[in-house]
Amino acid sequence: MKKKCDNCDQPATIHMTEIVGGSKIEKHLCEHCAEAEGITIKANIPISQLLEDFILQTADEVQQEAAGNLTCDVCGMSFEDFQEKGQLGCQNDYEAFAPMLNTLIARAHEGATQHIGKVPRRAGVDQQKQNTILRLRGELKQAIKSEQYERAAELRDEIKRVEE
Amino acid sequence: MTLADLTQRSSEWLRGVGPMHDVVISSRIRLARNLAGTPFLAKCNPAQQREVLQRLKDRSLAAGIARETFFVDIEAASKLDRQLLVERHLISRQHAVSNHPRGVVISGDETIAMMINEEDHLRLQVLRSGMQLHEAFDEINRIDDLLEEQLDFAYSIRFGYLTACPTNVGTGLRVSVMLHLPALKLTKEIEKAFRAARDMRLAIRGLYGEGTEALGDFFQVSNQVTLGKSEEQIVQEFLTVIVPEILNYERQARQALLKSNRLEIEDKISRSLAVLRAARKISSKETMFLLSMVRLGINLDLVKDVDLKTTNELFLLAQPAHLQKITGKEMNPDQRAEARANIFRKRL
Repeated sequence: MKKKCDNCDQPATIHMTEIVGGSKIEKHLCEHCAEAEGITIKANIPISQLLEDFILQTADEVQQEAAGNLTCDVCGMSFEDFQEKGQLGCQNDYEAFAPMLNTLIARAHEGATQHIGKVPRRAGVDQQKQNTILRLRGELKQAIKSEQYERAAELRDEIKRVEE
Repeated sequence: MTLADLTQRSSEWLRGVGPMHDVVISSRIRLARNLAGTPFLAKCNPAQQREVLQRLKDRSLAAGIARETFFVDIEAASKLDRQLLVERHLISRQHAVSNHPRGVVISGDETIAMMINEEDHLRLQVLRSGMQLHEAFDEINRIDDLLEEQLDFAYSIRFGYLTACPTNVGTGLRVSVMLHLPALKLTKEIEKAFRAARDMRLAIRGLYGEGTEALGDFFQVSNQVTLGKSEEQIVQEFLTVIVPEILNYERQARQALLKSNRLEIEDKISRSLAVLRAARKISSKETMFLLSMVRLGINLDLVKDVDLKTTNELFLLAQPAHLQKITGKEMNPDQRAEARANIFRKRL
């Protein structure tokens, strides 16, 4: 059964435990009363963001431990070498250091982890198609966010056309 | 075509023309590329570096990227020649001072420069005068296509073009616009404009790129994010948002100055021109400030007997390596100050 707010009859949505002078005080408040008592909840942070932050943070700690042992068996560079010099030794380092490097890359590029730009002709038509779709999907998301629904419809049709 | 011919004329990007030339001096785009299957420079031994140099030099010269191209062996070039190339924005300062086999392929009109063995195996650059990012991008993309017909570049489906430093990965594309912002500097609003730029993940640098201080109201604004956006998107952001915004700030500040402080600004500009026309010796730092004022005067229609092309050229000629190349002798700073003043008296 849902608890009622300590101060009024509304359902309590904020539950907290305070330790005051060695004794435990439990409080159950509705949002309105909580605000009146000066307790603010950062309700504008979506849960997905909090989760992401938590996962990134935990992942960081795990990765820090693993970083010491990462070495590329193609060029012989270690992750420590890279951190010192700021430059990778060969293209395989992107694979070899992936556990550490991927977070760094995402941070340097506003969270991006996937290339959606030019594809060398030799890399094949399929990849170009995929990149176009990825790019269009990004634009679609943007269009919906900024409420440009006409543009969004156009993009949706374009994605369909490319996918066929 | 050789290096010696360069001092005889002005770089194309300094012509003082092109859209928005009152604020945008030049547009530059560069692409970072590495050869597939060859270690990046940090793990290349000298023999491999020489091999990369030879291969990229031969392919670049043979690809027909411009009507006329020539190669400069930077390792073998004199210090003065290397400095000259830096002053003309054809190589980076890092490329001038490193210590391994490296070079640059330059087109006759200097709009294309391809550094070999800089931080990546290949750094392509296209420079245009004024705001011409579309044109610069089309050109660099065309060159990249030509090279890709003969060369395999390191590429992954996930991260795109693989670069020595992960901050360049993806498109490997860096857009830089060189801006003249004297009014924002005078009205002390420049920090506001820069804060806005930094919020958009842009880098603000001095005249010669990374690690250089902005001198005389000239600034380079460039993108830092290279992954997760297409080349066109990055270019488009500069064209439609970034540059127009800074340009508006600057133009507004110029008009505000004219309205509230006309006499003050006219005095500053006239004095700057007078000093340039009369001085017997002048330092490069002072030159930057004075020429910046004259350039502002031309754009505000307050100076009528000097054109932008001349001020742009003087910026170039006033620099140490250019002065020494023109006079044909090595000079200490005092002698350069004198030679500089002589050129100004003659040209202005």
